[in-house]
Amino acid sequence: MAVCIAVIAKENYPLYIRSVPVQNELKFHYTVHTSLDVVEEKISAVGKAMADQRELYLGLLYPTEDYKVYGYVTNSKVKFVIVADSSNTSLRDNEIRSMFRKLHNSFTDVMCNPFYNPGDTIQSKAFDSMVSAMMVQAS
Amino acid sequence: MQWPLQIIYFSLFTSLYTSLAQQLPRESMEWRRSYGRAPKMIHLEANFVQFKEELLPKDGNRALLTFPFLHIYWTDCCDTEMYKASVKDDMLRWQSTLRLHGSVDWLIVVVESEAKKKNKTNILPRTSIVDKIRNDFCNKQSDRCVVLSDPLKESSRSQDSWSAFLTKLRTLLLMSFTKNLGRFEDDMRTLREKRTEPGWSFCDYFMVQEELAFVFEMLQQFEDALVQYDELDALFTQYVLNFGAGDGANWLGSFCTPVKRWSGLLLRRPIDMEKRELIQRGEASLLDLRSYLFSRQCTLLIFLQRPWEVTQRALELLHNCVQELRLLEVYVVQGALDCWVFLSCLEVLHRIEGCCDRAQLEANCSHTVGLWTYATEKLKSLGYLCGLVAEKVPTSEDLNRTVDLLAGLGEERPETVNSLQSPYKKLNEALSSVEAFEKHYLELSHAAMEMYRAIGRMRSARLIGKSLAEFYMKKGDPERAEGFLDDSLRSYVAEGWSLQVTHTRKQMAECQKLLQQTEDYLQTSALLAGDANLTVEERKHFCQEILTFASQPPAPSGEHTNTLMAAFAQLRQMQFSPPGAVVHVGAALQLELRVRCLMPVAMQVEQLAATLHFSLEQGGARGRAGSAQRRAGHGPQGQGDGVVLFPQGSPLAGAGMGASLLPALELYEMQDRSPSDSSLTSTGVVCKNMHLLLRRHDSSASLDTPTAGALPAAVAVDDGAQMLRARDITLQPGDNSILFTAPTGEPGSYTLRQLCGSVGRVQFVQSHIYPVVQYEVYSQEPQLTIEPLSDNLLAGIPQKVTFTIATGHYSVKKGDALQLSNTDSMPILHSSCCSATVLSKRMGESALSIQSSEKVTSISLPPTPPYHTLEFQLEVLCHIPPTPFKPDIERLTNGEVRHRPKNHSHADSGMINIDQKVSIDCPWSIYSTLIALTFYVPFKARHSILSAGKRKYIQVCLQNVSDTNFHLADPVLTERQPTVSMELLSLNVKTQQPVCSQQSVFCLWEMRWAKPLPLCLHCAFSASFAPVSFQLDRVSVSIRKTQKTLFFFFFPLKAEISPPSGDQHCRTGALCGLEVSITRQAEPSETEGEEEESTEIEGLRTTKLMYEVVDNSSNWAVCGKSSGVVSMPVAASATHRVQMEVMPLFAGHLPFPNIKVFKYLPHNAVPAIQPDTDSCLENDTISLLDKGLDDQGDTASIRSRGSVHSVGSGEQQRGLPMPRLEPFSPGQVFYWSQGRQVLVLPVTDDHVMEVNVT
Repeated sequence: MAVCIAVIAKENYPLYIRSVPVQNELKFHYTVHTSLDVVEEKISAVGKAMADQRELYLGLLYPTEDYKVYGYVTNSKVKFVIVADSSNTSLRDNEIRSMFRKLHNSFTDVMCNPFYNPGDTIQSKAFDSMVSAMMVQAS
Repeated sequence: MQWPLQIIYFSLFTSLYTSLAQQLPRESMEWRRSYGRAPKMIHLEANFVQFKEELLPKDGNRALLTFPFLHIYWTDCCDTEMYKASVKDDMLRWQSTLRLHGSVDWLIVVVESEAKKKNKTNILPRTSIVDKIRNDFCNKQSDRCVVLSDPLKESSRSQDSWSAFLTKLRTLLLMSFTKNLGRFEDDMRTLREKRTEPGWSFCDYFMVQEELAFVFEMLQQFEDALVQYDELDALFTQYVLNFGAGDGANWLGSFCTPVKRWSGLLLRRPIDMEKRELIQRGEASLLDLRSYLFSRQCTLLIFLQRPWEVTQRALELLHNCVQELRLLEVYVVQGALDCWVFLSCLEVLHRIEGCCDRAQLEANCSHTVGLWTYATEKLKSLGYLCGLVAEKVPTSEDLNRTVDLLAGLGEERPETVNSLQSPYKKLNEALSSVEAFEKHYLELSHAAMEMYRAIGRMRSARLIGKSLAEFYMKKGDPERAEGFLDDSLRSYVAEGWSLQVTHTRKQMAECQKLLQQTEDYLQTSALLAGDANLTVEERKHFCQEILTFASQPPAPSGEHTNTLMAAFAQLRQMQFSPPGAVVHVGAALQLELRVRCLMPVAMQVEQLAATLHFSLEQGGARGRAGSAQRRAGHGPQGQGDGVVLFPQGSPLAGAGMGASLLPALELYEMQDRSPSDSSLTSTGVVCKNMHLLLRRHDSSASLDTPTAGALPAAVAVDDGAQMLRARDITLQPGDNSILFTAPTGEPGSYTLRQLCGSVGRVQFVQSHIYPVVQYEVYSQEPQLTIEPLSDNLLAGIPQKVTFTIATGHYSVKKGDALQLSNTDSMPILHSSCCSATVLSKRMGESALSIQSSEKVTSISLPPTPPYHTLEFQLEVLCHIPPTPFKPDIERLTNGEVRHRPKNHSHADSGMINIDQKVSIDCPWSIYSTLIALTFYVPFKARHSILSAGKRKYIQVCLQNVSDTNFHLADPVLTERQPTVSMELLSLNVKTQQPVCSQQSVFCLWEMRWAKPLPLCLHCAFSASFAPVSFQLDRVSVSIRKTQKTLFFFFFPLKAEISPPSGDQHCRTGALCGLEVSITRQAEPSETEGEEEESTEIEGLRTTKLMYEVVDNSSNWAVCGKSSGVVSMPVAASATHRVQMEVMPLFAGHLPFPNIKVFKYLPHNAVPAIQPDTDSCLENDTISLLDKGLDDQGDTASIRSRGSVHSVGSGEQQRGLPMPRLEPFSPGQVFYWSQGRQVLVLPVTDDHVMEVNVT
């Protein structure tokens, strides 16, 4: 399961970022922020004409010694980033994809909330609990 | 190194060997493979080995590399005897040996030579050696024996046989290869299936599968070869993972031994035999196995021209190895893995550099940059580990660790000994000294940063920059760290990543403190003190830093240190009181500022000041409160409650959003009115924040976000003349409310520009206050208005009017008085109970004294301060002027001539109104103020004279045109010049009568006279009235006068119809006589007479009248003349008779025909002014009177009956100088025979109806 899940706005500021364990929060923030480089690279690599049929899942953005960073971009250029522990070898690509799908669905629900102001940080409890379910339970 | 297929030959011609080995791989063969794999074209290469028995594979040994795929027996025997004697036996022995070892792939080559044949002439062609051999060995396998004729000769025959031989050789070799390979693969799979059995060794299996890979590689099937390695890789990885999951295999134990050597990858050799041997012996460590595996994969990938996959795989491998070692809990000396990774990274990069040119490398930075970064990271951690990143020299402990690490590297490989830049040398050097480490570390870091920049990964580049900054800070070199930190900080701020911002800012603070950049440090401290991401202790620490600095004695120059306010406190809202933010000069205006203090502790602010920008605005100068209010409504604070809200958002997170999100459009309505008549000249919409919207949005962090870098120059405090000031405030953490008193000394508009808070030496400056906050101060001229209490003022009744004095800037002193010029038409009725109200915050009432002299009413005002409103009421009465109004000019007492009551009809109600101007002398002005009051006359009067025979009546119709109901009483009609002979007898009710709105009342008087009737009478009508709501009171009743002129001359007109002579009655069809007699009743007065149209005929004044007889009901036929002109002498009782003939057309009581009389004005008369109906007329002419001749319908009817042409009105209308007709006004002609009837009998006897009865 994931150790860090982030939702990043089109303008590249974090809408939501959560990580376990908490003490490593800063490191994850750095990791997620840096991964935006690769996200942008991958988005621009897909031709403009192909943008419509582009797959939202960007795959492994980059591996580090300890973590694997996966990316996903919605059509409105909102980025989802999932950081998984490298030692967690049981995590397959398909599971990551389904995690992103779940994340996207939940994010859509948040956006549909008439009281949510697009561009604000996400404070939805439903979203939070969904993210928690995808996170590694800090033992 | 090459591994050609083994072909073992038995007694070969060495002369053929070279050409055979060369020519065999020249042509490709189609290789059909099992398991549905796609066929491939391959070139077979062979190694020819002399037959030895020990070379033959033992049973079960399936080593492909040494496997003899084909056995060839060469012979040049052409002699049967010799064949039988030796060769056959030899071949048999060979065959049996082969069979013993299970080799079925063999070939017998018989080399024929012409030369030999010639020598042996006794050879029987039928039984050649070949046939014999075939017969002996190749039963059913005739193709196993080949004849090669003269291979060394250049003849065509020999070449044909040579190529046929080669083809045969290739086919057989491929067949054998395919067969044996299939068997090998099957065996390999079997071996793999046994992996769960105890005693199975990965290393053994590795060797087997690698052999397959070698074979594929030999066949140039690198793809297939790579697959073998990848399979091995995956298998191994799976085992490690299983081990991690608790499913350990025994053989893995050998890989779990502590790592003793970390010399990195070796990619320069195609096969690292050392490591291969280690694996073969089962002594390889995990790193050895992985290194070897990767080196093989790398070799193959480079063969496949896929160098970038190498780099990608390398990174994966390195990460994976680190993970695996961790997973397997292999003991590794601390830092050893870093060394291994570092060396490996560089080795891979070197290898890639070796096979690509520079341009290719640069174009593919994105593939290599990961390795560069990884190497940099590892070198950095090594540096920290070995104490190379410090200001001090490494300790002995550090040195020991370094030595241990270097020992694990072993000797440098022979391949790189001569290379100056080998990874081994680099690492050795880097770890040798602090300086060398710095050099290498910087080199790597910069290389990686450059590459990241080149491929546009700015964030990654900055991250490296930040770690460089950390390095510099450790080295005690804050100057160089600052730039990197600043760069990173800007980007984090711009993108709104608060945690990074906080972290970097903390580092920045440290850096700035070392650099003694006081202002920047204060700014950063302020930002950190207000940073919610930090703990309270940290925030307090930074807050204390500011306070410590602030409490230092001021700088000798006395200058303050300026810092941005945004870090210190946030503006929340401003509220004006009064809310309109528009006040008059000198008025109190308070401004409440709500500030959110971001500091963790209460701050003592010595002064909080806002500079004001003052501009003299037209609105203020003009002194019109109205315009000022209108402007305020347009201002940003125009929500009506005087509250200005500042856009929210925390300065940290909000900055990023603020930079990326555009500010909202702020549009205002703009109206341009012409100064003269304030008509609209143009209107439009103005965008007030255009400068923000149209600004270039470049990638660099916007200037308005607070950064820890150099502060923008705008922080300079500008010294405005006017300031809002609050002293000695304690700002508690959170929201604070500060009250300012705004200066309102001069009229104009004041805009808040800067906010500046001083804490000791430190000033917190907010350079712009946005949205714009401004207030206006105006100065107003005193104004006096008079307004009625009700909607309309009615003339004739006393009504109250309100005097309102807006004092403006003038203060009413004791003794100031309003001087009202009295007019007769509008006296001011003052009662004793007058009092004035001073309107201000509290209501005050004070008495008002009114002195009235003949010409002037003086109202002394109570003292009133400026910008107050004074109100009092006075009762006024406007007399109804006698009608008709004379357009005369009444002079005012003060000599002004403009005071003139003007009459004109009220547009809709038909009320006549009177503009009554009042001239007032005000104490604040030397000029008189003229104020017009409009009164409406509530009644309209009409009169008419009614005649009944000789009796005369005057009827006055009084119509109430106002909306008020009145009581009317005592209608009186009096003569202007009372004559004894005349008496007016009232026929009216004595009681008062109600006159409702829009209703009329009629009054009637009978005239009695003794003497001859006067021609004209001037009467005055008067009545008392009062509104219904009032008690009818003689005193309060107003008088309304009407002047009338009555006309009392008239023409009694008598008509008589006489039957034809001799007859008693008129009969139908018989002509009757019509006699019309017109009598002048009275003589016109002299004055009136002058206006008359009279002609002098032979000294006798006559008036011409025209008469006309018209019958509309077709009862009569006028025979002969039906109209005519008569001259009436101007004398009383002058009578004129006219005879006419008419014929009744029906029998019965017929009404008399209509007779009309007109004044006849001859053509030479001046085209007269239509004489006023009220004016006197004198006419002598007799005429028949009924209707106006201008009724065309009537004229037509006259004509149709063939009657006399009327004296043409037709011609008159054309404007020719024709005589004109003019009707009399009602009452002037009395028609005696109106309504009379005459009996007409039908013709009786003359006609007998003959009735024949048969």
